[in-house]
Amino acid sequence: MKADVSTSLLSVPQISYRAWKVWRRDLEVFMKTYKVNFFPPLVEPIFYLVGLGFGLGGFVQPQEGLRYVAFIAPALVAISMMFSSFFECTYASFVRMYYQKTFGAIIATPVSLEEVIAGELLWGATKSLINSTIVLGVVLVFGLVSSPLFLLIPPLAFLVGLLFSAMAMCFTAITPNIDSFNYPSFLFITPMFILSGTFFSSHNLPGTVQTISKIFLPLYHAVELSRGLAIGRLHPSLLFNLGWILVATPVFVILSINLMKRRLIK
Amino acid sequence: MSSEILIKAEGLTKKFDDFLAVDKIDFQVFKGECFGFLGPNGAGKTTTMRMVQCGLPLSAGSLSVSGMYVTESGREIKTMIGVAPQEDNLDPDFTVMHNLVVYARYFDIPKKEATKRAEELLKFVQLDEKKEVLIDELSSGMKRRLILARALINEPQILILDEPTTGLDPQARHLIWEKIRNLQKQEVTIVLTTHYMEEAAQLCDRTVIMDLGKIIEEGKPADLVKKHVGEEVLEVGYDEEVLKFLQDTCPDAKLEIMGDRIQVFTNQTRGIFSQILNKYSFKAAMIRDANLEDVFLKLTGRRLKE
Repeated sequence: MKADVSTSLLSVPQISYRAWKVWRRDLEVFMKTYKVNFFPPLVEPIFYLVGLGFGLGGFVQPQEGLRYVAFIAPALVAISMMFSSFFECTYASFVRMYYQKTFGAIIATPVSLEEVIAGELLWGATKSLINSTIVLGVVLVFGLVSSPLFLLIPPLAFLVGLLFSAMAMCFTAITPNIDSFNYPSFLFITPMFILSGTFFSSHNLPGTVQTISKIFLPLYHAVELSRGLAIGRLHPSLLFNLGWILVATPVFVILSINLMKRRLIK
Repeated sequence: MSSEILIKAEGLTKKFDDFLAVDKIDFQVFKGECFGFLGPNGAGKTTTMRMVQCGLPLSAGSLSVSGMYVTESGREIKTMIGVAPQEDNLDPDFTVMHNLVVYARYFDIPKKEATKRAEELLKFVQLDEKKEVLIDELSSGMKRRLILARALINEPQILILDEPTTGLDPQARHLIWEKIRNLQKQEVTIVLTTHYMEEAAQLCDRTVIMDLGKIIEEGKPADLVKKHVGEEVLEVGYDEEVLKFLQDTCPDAKLEIMGDRIQVFTNQTRGIFSQILNKYSFKAAMIRDANLEDVFLKLTGRRLKE
């Protein structure tokens, strides 16, 4: 490491209100094509609910005391938090950074690189909020929500989105090229999509796999929280789930910003 | 131009891993002048620019802009400079107008003021007809003009132009030059890099010539030409006999063979010219004005033969 970039990967970056200007740029781009952007989170959960929930659900015994369709519905909301924020801060951020050179243009202004990355993370969290709230709306229409606590899911979506955005940004900071995002997508996101108590109770899994998913898979915690709020089943273990996310999020946010600094400021 | 120093570099150095991109350079830019960094690709011009615009940490030396050190006051310095980079980094998701308004926001310029400035700047760079057009639909000359307008949105005291006309056709280039001259009249301090000698000669009050990370010469373009090359250059069609004649009659002259032509750098151009015409009337010989390119070739020694 060179002397002038010897900042540790965990040193806390200075971020001002200017990060929101970067967020706003991304929001304005999103709003230009909002009809197209709102379409997938509106349509996709319908297929899952009808196909898996009602179709496959006919063969599946209740999971954790819930009808199969009601079991997967809150998980679909949590999955959309993960997908929307993770892909926003991998592929989309990489395109802005590398192909469009948008970051380079912005850091010639009083906005710093740290603020650019923070703005991107805030935008990823916002994408999670927007998309999962639409999925939540679909789930509500299907009558699969049974507690007013569901109102806490959107703020949860922002928090979970921030965590996945930060994790994604760490990969963006170290990826040699855009194709290499296949590695985190298939080795990290896909297993999580399957193994986080999403489509079957994680109690059905072998003990070690259960432990691994509880310790290492952020989606597991998001699904537990989303399900607990949607059906109003509050268990003390939810505090562990929330705590896990609250600890991991600032760590990955700080790490991702420092890794990006290392990549872009030589 | 005043004697107030706006940018001052001392022992400025930038090292990337093992590659020394900028090697202990010193320079000063005065308020209101147009200062040019001239040199081939890879000379270290862009790296120097990026350090001035606080986008790249220094490896050694010091660099101050308007009395503030780039290592300490990046944000303040970035507020007062406008940057037109070499590459196209316009925002392809937005229209021409929206590009300027979004960029103004990064400088905390209120929306109303930003719109007003954007309108004026688009008129200035003759893009007011293209306001609502997306970036992809602009020609490369138009993109360069828009990048210039964007660099002016914060009404900068210092304008950094990194190869403002590279890759443009002559018409587009002259249009950019005209805009730059306009800005000079408004006493904006301009720092530009170029590898076109003509561009430096046309626009710059003073230039430095960079090669391999070092500044190898500094001065007014016309003075540099006079000092190193003289007023005129003699060119003759290549021929073994002529070459031998030249080597014999004027051993002090520098001869350069470029393709099928011999260039003769000497202070007695006209005498040799008439001798050649007398002896070898069939040879295409001509006298032309010396230019910065000649200086550059002479200083860097490229393709030059004694």
